[in-house]
Amino acid sequence: MEKILEVKNLELSFHTFAGEVKAIRGVNFDLKKGETLAIVGESGSGKSVTTKAIMRLLPESSSEFKNGQILFNGKDLTKLTDKEMQKIRGKDISMIFQDPMTSLNPTMTIGKQIMEPILKHQNVAKSEAQKMAIDLLKLVGMPQPEQRMKQYPHQFSGGQRQRIVIAIALACNPKILIADEPTTALDVTIQAQILELMKDLQKKIDTSIIFITHDLGVVANVADRVAVMYSGKIVEIGTVDEIFYNPQHPYTWGLLSSMPSLDVQEEKLYAIPGTPPDLLNPPKGDAFALRSEYAMQIDMEETPPFFKVSDTHYAATWLLHPDAPEVTPPATIIERMKRFPNSRYYESANGGILK
Amino acid sequence: MAKYILKRVLYMILTLFLIATFTFFLMKMLPGSPIASSPKLTHEQLAAVEAKYGLDKPLPVQYGIYMKKMVQLDFGVSYQFKGANVTELIINRAGPSFLLGIQALILGTIGGIILGMIAALRQNTVWDYGSTLIAIFGISIPSFVFASLLQYWIGVKGGFLPVGLWENGWQSSILPTIALAMGPLATSARFIRTEMIEVLGTDYITLAKAKGASGLEIAFKHAFRNALIPLITVMGPLAAGLVTGSLVVEQIFAIPGIGEQFVKAINSSDYSLIMGTTMFFSVLLILVIFIVDILYGIVDPRIRLTGGNK
Amino acid sequence: MTNEYRKLPPEAFKHVHMDGSHSEKISKPSLNFWQDAWLRIRKNKAAVVSIFVLLFIILMSFIGPMISPHDFETQEITHANLPPKVPGLEKLGIFDGTGNMGGQKVNLYEMKNVDTYYWFGTDGLGRDMFSRVWKGTQISLLIALVAAVIDMVIGVAYGGISAFYGGRVDDAMQRIVEILYGIPTLIVVILMILVMDPGIVAIIIAISITGWIGMSRIVRGQVLKFKNQEFVLAARTLGASNGRIIKKHLLPNVMAVIIINTMFTIPSAIFFEAFLSFIGLGLQSPDASLGTLINDGYKLIQFQPHILAIPAAIISLLMIAFNLIGDGLRDALDPKMKD
Repeated sequence: MEKILEVKNLELSFHTFAGEVKAIRGVNFDLKKGETLAIVGESGSGKSVTTKAIMRLLPESSSEFKNGQILFNGKDLTKLTDKEMQKIRGKDISMIFQDPMTSLNPTMTIGKQIMEPILKHQNVAKSEAQKMAIDLLKLVGMPQPEQRMKQYPHQFSGGQRQRIVIAIALACNPKILIADEPTTALDVTIQAQILELMKDLQKKIDTSIIFITHDLGVVANVADRVAVMYSGKIVEIGTVDEIFYNPQHPYTWGLLSSMPSLDVQEEKLYAIPGTPPDLLNPPKGDAFALRSEYAMQIDMEETPPFFKVSDTHYAATWLLHPDAPEVTPPATIIERMKRFPNSRYYESANGGILK
Repeated sequence: MAKYILKRVLYMILTLFLIATFTFFLMKMLPGSPIASSPKLTHEQLAAVEAKYGLDKPLPVQYGIYMKKMVQLDFGVSYQFKGANVTELIINRAGPSFLLGIQALILGTIGGIILGMIAALRQNTVWDYGSTLIAIFGISIPSFVFASLLQYWIGVKGGFLPVGLWENGWQSSILPTIALAMGPLATSARFIRTEMIEVLGTDYITLAKAKGASGLEIAFKHAFRNALIPLITVMGPLAAGLVTGSLVVEQIFAIPGIGEQFVKAINSSDYSLIMGTTMFFSVLLILVIFIVDILYGIVDPRIRLTGGNK
Repeated sequence: MTNEYRKLPPEAFKHVHMDGSHSEKISKPSLNFWQDAWLRIRKNKAAVVSIFVLLFIILMSFIGPMISPHDFETQEITHANLPPKVPGLEKLGIFDGTGNMGGQKVNLYEMKNVDTYYWFGTDGLGRDMFSRVWKGTQISLLIALVAAVIDMVIGVAYGGISAFYGGRVDDAMQRIVEILYGIPTLIVVILMILVMDPGIVAIIIAISITGWIGMSRIVRGQVLKFKNQEFVLAARTLGASNGRIIKKHLLPNVMAVIIINTMFTIPSAIFFEAFLSFIGLGLQSPDASLGTLINDGYKLIQFQPHILAIPAAIISLLMIAFNLIGDGLRDALDPKMKD
């Protein structure tokens, strides 16, 4: 499939009072046309920063691209001028934010806010833009769109506001839609509605989505592929099945184990010990090793490269090195692997090894 | 909204009533009246004068008469200006004071908004530091110091603008207007800067950026209005500051305004004129606060609509 | 993403046991609120310079009148209206006692046969400006500090009680404040001064009579915000008494706002004192405050600008210093600004 966006070896730092925070430390991934790529990781892992970097929405005074490229349509977004970037934002790449309660301008009617990107990027008359905005509101499932155009954000509920934000994001049929935890701030029932809406819309308008979340349940629901981020790096990337049923990185194991599950009977919910490293002084080697019970000597010395698991599945852990000893993943992970045809624990293939 | 306005009007009346009562009893507590201290009057003459001003009646009756007169805007006569009507004295002096006040308010807020915008949009540059410096000076340097300096350096030393008085038309108003405008200018510059910086950090500004809006569009279409609305809330204190400032600035530049007359009244213990001017200032400031409140409700859609529905 | 791997020695793959607590090591030293605030304010150059300027002025206001050879109220008519003359500096051609007389520059000290030095010159009655200025600064600072402390005590108590007890108490207390808030400060201050004998006490009472309202509103808002937060509820659940909740949980959280607000009350009290003196309602001679000195100086601005310039400069410096320290404190203590 055609690659629409390629992030190559991206490194980005923030300059703070305390020093240089290396928020992104060499991120590689690509986004294919029409797919949904989920980026998961705990807070501070750099997932949000990565997407804001793509949009170039980080404050220029304190952030700095250290290395790497973000290729979109053959152009490196890190090198574009502000003017050129403004033509891409909202037109080719648009974004949905986490908190719908604060992401709309309180003193502007929502009609104006939806029409803004249309008038900005498409050469249409105001009346035409108005019609398009009403259609967008219809598209995102807003009842009585004509009347609601004249209203202000405070007259809408959280879920409705997120629909409006989505309408704004879709106004110019973007090639890429970045959704930065779009459901985190919403009630569970509203979350489901918004997710359904996004899945629906993707089918209708064929856009690629980067979906940032820390909620693995949401990932399973929406994503085609998943990238797992930890302390400014992608540690594992693969299709949703590969990540969920044949995970390779101890961090992914930890994440999946800490997800409550109905079919595995457990008394205690697993928690990854420790806290993410301080990115002011990122650790040498594998950043997760400090919290991992699978840590090896080499993890302390050298950053692991990506090891290929399948054509679509890569993981950055020394455990995949051919000389590395075989380790036993946590029991819940083995349970998952039993269901994945290419994994070493696949039950029908070798009759079940453990338990 | 109607209910809210009604409530506010009631509070206003109550406040004014309290100020009037307070003023009345303070005046009664004053050591000696200007009539009594006049040595030339005989006992009979004194009694006659006291009867004329109603000072021989019991206190509650005096209070009743006082309140009745107050409602009729009758503040009695000035001792200092030989029996001139206080209300007329105030009205006659209102012109220059209002002109100066309004000019200063306009100059101050517009200048302040421009300074504040520049500072916020060019944060941590020379522009920002410069405008912050002006704002700090404007807030810190007392109006009478600033007014004296202006008068001395530009009026006396420079000699290209009138040093004082109200005889050279609009030119006479330039220096006092600038002196008065410093306060509002500094306050609004600081206010707008903080508000703009806060607004520029909000999610909806990031969303506007994500829509592809340019820097100027973001500053003026999205941020400006949101930063400007709260400025209305400082208009009350600004007006109070202008009244305070007018007392000294009018005195320094010898402007025939209410403030200058008030200071004179204070220095010559002209109590009815003091009382009249006090009530006048109170009504003025309370009205400003009231109007500002209503205006805020009209300009901010969040208040406008919740107020209208409930 | 290659499948050709470098050979690694077997010991590289030796299992390392990780102690879970290892990664929870705290890399920064733990600072309490005030230490943190101090670190922040130290980075604010304007505030640091202001602190020094302020300390200098306070120090001088006490030792100034002492080190001057002349006393602040003795009048020596023959020494009237002398410009500043400072030993040492006079050789540089500044502060050498030269002044205007009839449009000509002359050394007034020689003319009037004065062989002593008046560092800041003298006023129209021949009083030493140096000791008068510092004495006046002392009085102005005293008035401002006392007024600010009174405002703080009344305001914190009123706002705190109103918010802490809530309900009807709060309702009643807030109605009163709403009415008082409508009364312009200027009016109250002037009326109070008229009734009382002019003097330091009258000015302090006049300034504090409405001054506490602002503080009480701020404290009330803060206490209302904190009193229903989980940490207070938790303390209550654990059986903490009202006194303990106020002392251990509410006060420390409201403290920052109280301090910031007080830092802004002081300059406004300084201003009000000077303002009252300027319009003739302040201290009476021979007492001096910055306001009366400026008033005296203003009358002589055409002929003896130094009599205005020095107290005007000191009051401006004081106000700027207090405002900058207030700004610095606000930035340092406001948790919203925390990065």
